[in-house]
Amino acid sequence: MNKLLLISLLFVQQLSFAAEVNIYSARKEALIKPLLEQFTKETGIAVNIVTGKADTLLKRLEVEGKNTPADILLTVDVARLIRAKDKGLFQQVDSELLNKVIPENYRDIDKQWFGLSLRSRVIIYAPDRVNINDLDSYIDLADKKWANLICVRSSSNVYNQSLVAAMIANYGIEKTERWATGLVNNFARPPKGGDRDQIKAVAAGVCDIALINNYYLAGMLESSQESEVEAANKIKLFWPNQDGRGAHMNVSGAGILKPAKHKKEAIQLLEFLVSDYAQQWYADTNHEYSINPEIESSSVLRSWGKFKADDLNLGLLGKHNTDAVLLMDRVGWK
Amino acid sequence: MLATRAAQALPNALAFKTVLFKLTNWNPALVFLSLLFSIPLAVVFGSLFFPEYEVWAHLRATVLTDYIGNSLALLLGVGFFSLLLGVIPAWMVTMYRFPLSYQLEWALLLPMSMPAYIIAYSYTGALDVAGPLQTMLRDFTGWQYRDYWFPEVRSLGGAIAMLSLVLYPYIYLLARAAFIEQSVCVLEVSRTLGCNAIDSFRRVALPLARPAIMVGLSLVVMETLADYGTVQYFGVSTFTTGIFRTWFGLGNSLAAAQLSALLLVFVAVFLYLEKRSRKQARYHHTSSTYSSLMQQRLTRGQGFIALVICAVPLVFGFIIPVSLLINWAIDTYADVLGKDFYLLLFHSLLLAFITSALALAIALFMAYSNRNNQSLLNRIMVRFVSMGYAIPGTVIAVGVLIPFAWFDNSIDTLLMENLNISSGLLISGTLFTLVFAYLVRFLAVSINTVEAALGKIKPVMDEVAKTTGMRAVIIVKRIHIPMMRGSLLTALLLVFVDVLKELPATLILRPFNFNTLAVRTYELANEELLAEAAVPALAIVIAGIIPVIIISNSISRSRPGHE
Amino acid sequence: MNNAIEIKNISLSIEGRPILEDVSFGVNEAGIACLLGPSGCGKTTLLRCIAGFERPHKGEVWIKGIRVSNPVHHLPVEQRHIGMVFQDYALFPHMSVKDNIVFGLKNLNAKRVMQRLDELVALLSLEKHINKYPHSLSGGQQQRAALARAMAPRPSVLLLDEPFASLDIELREQIARELRQILKHDGITTIMVSHNQLEAFAMADVIGVMNEGELLQWDTAFDLYHEPKTAVVADFVGEGVFISGEVINDKEVKTEIGVIQSTVAHETGVGTKVRVLLRPDDILHDDDSSMTARVTDKAFRGAEFLYTLELESGLRVLSLVPSHHDHPMNEPIGIRLEIDHLVIFPER
Repeated sequence: MNKLLLISLLFVQQLSFAAEVNIYSARKEALIKPLLEQFTKETGIAVNIVTGKADTLLKRLEVEGKNTPADILLTVDVARLIRAKDKGLFQQVDSELLNKVIPENYRDIDKQWFGLSLRSRVIIYAPDRVNINDLDSYIDLADKKWANLICVRSSSNVYNQSLVAAMIANYGIEKTERWATGLVNNFARPPKGGDRDQIKAVAAGVCDIALINNYYLAGMLESSQESEVEAANKIKLFWPNQDGRGAHMNVSGAGILKPAKHKKEAIQLLEFLVSDYAQQWYADTNHEYSINPEIESSSVLRSWGKFKADDLNLGLLGKHNTDAVLLMDRVGWK
Repeated sequence: MLATRAAQALPNALAFKTVLFKLTNWNPALVFLSLLFSIPLAVVFGSLFFPEYEVWAHLRATVLTDYIGNSLALLLGVGFFSLLLGVIPAWMVTMYRFPLSYQLEWALLLPMSMPAYIIAYSYTGALDVAGPLQTMLRDFTGWQYRDYWFPEVRSLGGAIAMLSLVLYPYIYLLARAAFIEQSVCVLEVSRTLGCNAIDSFRRVALPLARPAIMVGLSLVVMETLADYGTVQYFGVSTFTTGIFRTWFGLGNSLAAAQLSALLLVFVAVFLYLEKRSRKQARYHHTSSTYSSLMQQRLTRGQGFIALVICAVPLVFGFIIPVSLLINWAIDTYADVLGKDFYLLLFHSLLLAFITSALALAIALFMAYSNRNNQSLLNRIMVRFVSMGYAIPGTVIAVGVLIPFAWFDNSIDTLLMENLNISSGLLISGTLFTLVFAYLVRFLAVSINTVEAALGKIKPVMDEVAKTTGMRAVIIVKRIHIPMMRGSLLTALLLVFVDVLKELPATLILRPFNFNTLAVRTYELANEELLAEAAVPALAIVIAGIIPVIIISNSISRSRPGHE
Repeated sequence: MNNAIEIKNISLSIEGRPILEDVSFGVNEAGIACLLGPSGCGKTTLLRCIAGFERPHKGEVWIKGIRVSNPVHHLPVEQRHIGMVFQDYALFPHMSVKDNIVFGLKNLNAKRVMQRLDELVALLSLEKHINKYPHSLSGGQQQRAALARAMAPRPSVLLLDEPFASLDIELREQIARELRQILKHDGITTIMVSHNQLEAFAMADVIGVMNEGELLQWDTAFDLYHEPKTAVVADFVGEGVFISGEVINDKEVKTEIGVIQSTVAHETGVGTKVRVLLRPDDILHDDDSSMTARVTDKAFRGAEFLYTLELESGLRVLSLVPSHHDHPMNEPIGIRLEIDHLVIFPER
């Protein structure tokens, strides 16, 4: 009997439940599963999930074509949402609720993808070595005064790609390339590690300034590991571009796939994800900013104060993503 | 006398076979199976027919030299150090008795159960600029970061060290098996000719073990080329990170596949050069008598030095990283362990078990087909299939994804058109696809091991058995299997451990709601939650230890005429 | 001390079991000695003591006037300057014949190496094979290659461990004679180990018979055969039977087949119960003899028959008879004793 079970497990697609929804998620399981469980509890709709890197999931969707079992693609970055849209994977979704809750610049004009949570790429600095008055904008980071003082992770990271894409959207390729050249010259070390590593590097004195996504700093401040909290307390956050366009924003988001067999349930899930309950969970658990301006941020985020966010339409980030990568290759941003 | 003549006549008879015969005399089942497992590779190579000039021009102008330079440096470094760490201890524990030498015999294999990305995480956590060691150093001395020099873990050198520390066991394993099998007489004769122990090792034992060591080295080389986790984490741009970047960053999967194809060419050239360099010399022993291996007892001082030398790879490849993991796991296990966790463990073991059993069965089939039928086509097919080991898991996964989805969709279309039934995806997104991808990636390991074992059984033994009226099946059962038992077990368990550690293909191909220990480790570590990642990482290591110890025991017992 | 090799009172036990007990002998310069004995008698261990692979617990080994081993000091194998040919030849399978031969020539310049190689190749007729690998050689070729390798550095002593065991039986004696010529030509002191007396006879100047760790007799082949010092030696070397008897005087022993006389006197006391060794060549076929014996077995050896003959008393003896005397089984034939030298041992 057991053998039979094993064999069937191997060869047969899992049976469909009447009410279910299938997700391909680039968001790590731990950072979405509790919400999905709550959704199932409230609606009785089962949720199946595969996590992975956004691009491999995209490839999987592409080759599975019209028969893909997936209904929703969840990503942690807008560039991949747009790439999915460009490949014609998403379908249009008409949901009043989604349109009402999500500000216009955080959703697709063709109603194909929707931002679900917000994060900002910010500057952090060592207050004992950097005068806050010397800090200004992203552009300023290319200034020679920061030579050998900046830590940033690899250009393979999508958050950096989106930041550069935003710079291209705002300033054009030429100016962005000059900026990136200056920035790379100011690197304290070759890019390595993740955003938390950059925070730790500033705390340890490897560099004075780093670029990170804000929720990593919050996560470290709230960590159960003493060393993480200690490191996080040694540095301070700075909101860049406050006199200009505002801090660079990015979204985690989702879209419903064209061949979705559970479209109704999928819309239900997306609407659940922008509900107050879900948005509060995003804010409290992962220290992201809610897509809904009315939801209160976590206490750590509140402690950094209000800031001006760049209201650039995120659709443009996807458009410039490839240009951004090519540009970073050219300036030697590893 | 007659036997000698017959033996001399044999090669002549073989020479009469024409190349044409060699080409046409192929085994359909074997070729079918090989073709099946070649599909993903063919997909990769197929990409070469659609050159992406623009992307290549960009790569060449910017990053390609970096990729190639770093990959070569990594290969040379890892190759050199894993030879050093593998061969010398293998020789020492085989030839000498010194304190703990028996324990070291199996313990030296332990780092094999450690995935490269995990050792990289743990050393980074401990030795990085923000890690406890350097923090303590700074606190203690009052130095600032720029006031002192400390080896940078996350660097090319660090990647070489990490990969060497977990990959050397492949060389150690094969080198030790080769040393154990060596005729003692050959070593003794070299001493009568004026060689001291070191000369004997250098001039006789080492060249004799070379084929085995080279097999180990080629596994190391292929693993190194396929590694993504470590080099990516360390910020070293290699060919493999280049493939991912071209694909993810530039969104160009075709150019990425072309880079992979280039990688394969690397591997093919390496394998060819190695094979050609020893075309002349046949390494099997002419002698059939074995006197038992007398391990030389070392003096206290020599023994201590030997102990230190042999302990280095074990301490740095296993004891230190495992201690670090345990240290973190103590903080976090309460949050991580749970019903969910045991399911992960079950999934990992299930996949490892199914895949290793299948891989062994397929390897046996291929090796036997090749043995009975030396057709050129057969051999080429088997070689081609073995190359999967050098391809990054992600690329293989895509190579599996594309044809399987095509197959499913074609059937669906066919059914729709004729019967108006939708079959959906039949095999895509099932464990079948995942296991298939594992097989493509790891068949090389079992094929190499089984072929080597079968090669040691001279056809004469079959003939002797036939004269006693044994049927082929009985010969295999009563003669081959007992003779090859150790190797078969090794083939089984090597794949088992490899599957336990495998990450990228699992990540892409697994079905809904199906996670493994490796996936969980990756997800936590990728969120930079190293402490939380320690528990599943430890579970992988522990699950891998048992097979590793079994392998080691079976080799110790493999010495001819030794029980 | 004139001997090239001198073994003095060597004893060795392994795990409490005595393997060698108080063995001594010497081999003179350019001599060829053979240690002969059944398997397990300790002869190979003795050879390995000389080579340096084993370490005697007592006694000394001297090679060319240098003490290489005593219970305290032990010169490592590689410093003893010996050559050794192993039973299975142990050619290096990863090297060509040429590379095998020059393996031990480390401190010579290239020209001298080539010179020595050419010498050996000519001496051992290996011209056609020097570029081959061991696996493609026949047993005899392998043996010659191994010998050339061992001889190349001109060792102080050459040790051969059962050098013919891996060869076809019919070739052994012929090859042994050739080998002897080669060794003599090179003037190399040699000790070989064998369990086959015909090989020993063909090769050696002097033979040591060993049994259970003891060296029983150290003598020429002729003397071993004709004047064995112990019954064990007599039994092991050559063929023959023992018959019981009683000493009558210094030239005569009374046995059941009559009084046996020898031309040479012996020293055993009158009246002692003894056993007398009768070699096949001591018993001649003589149709005129009054003593007859029945043929119970016969073995054709080309020029001769070896007959096993049963006397009326039931006693069996062996006799070598020219092979034109072909007698059927059970036929009584006439025999006569012809003994130069009585080989007698006290009755046990």
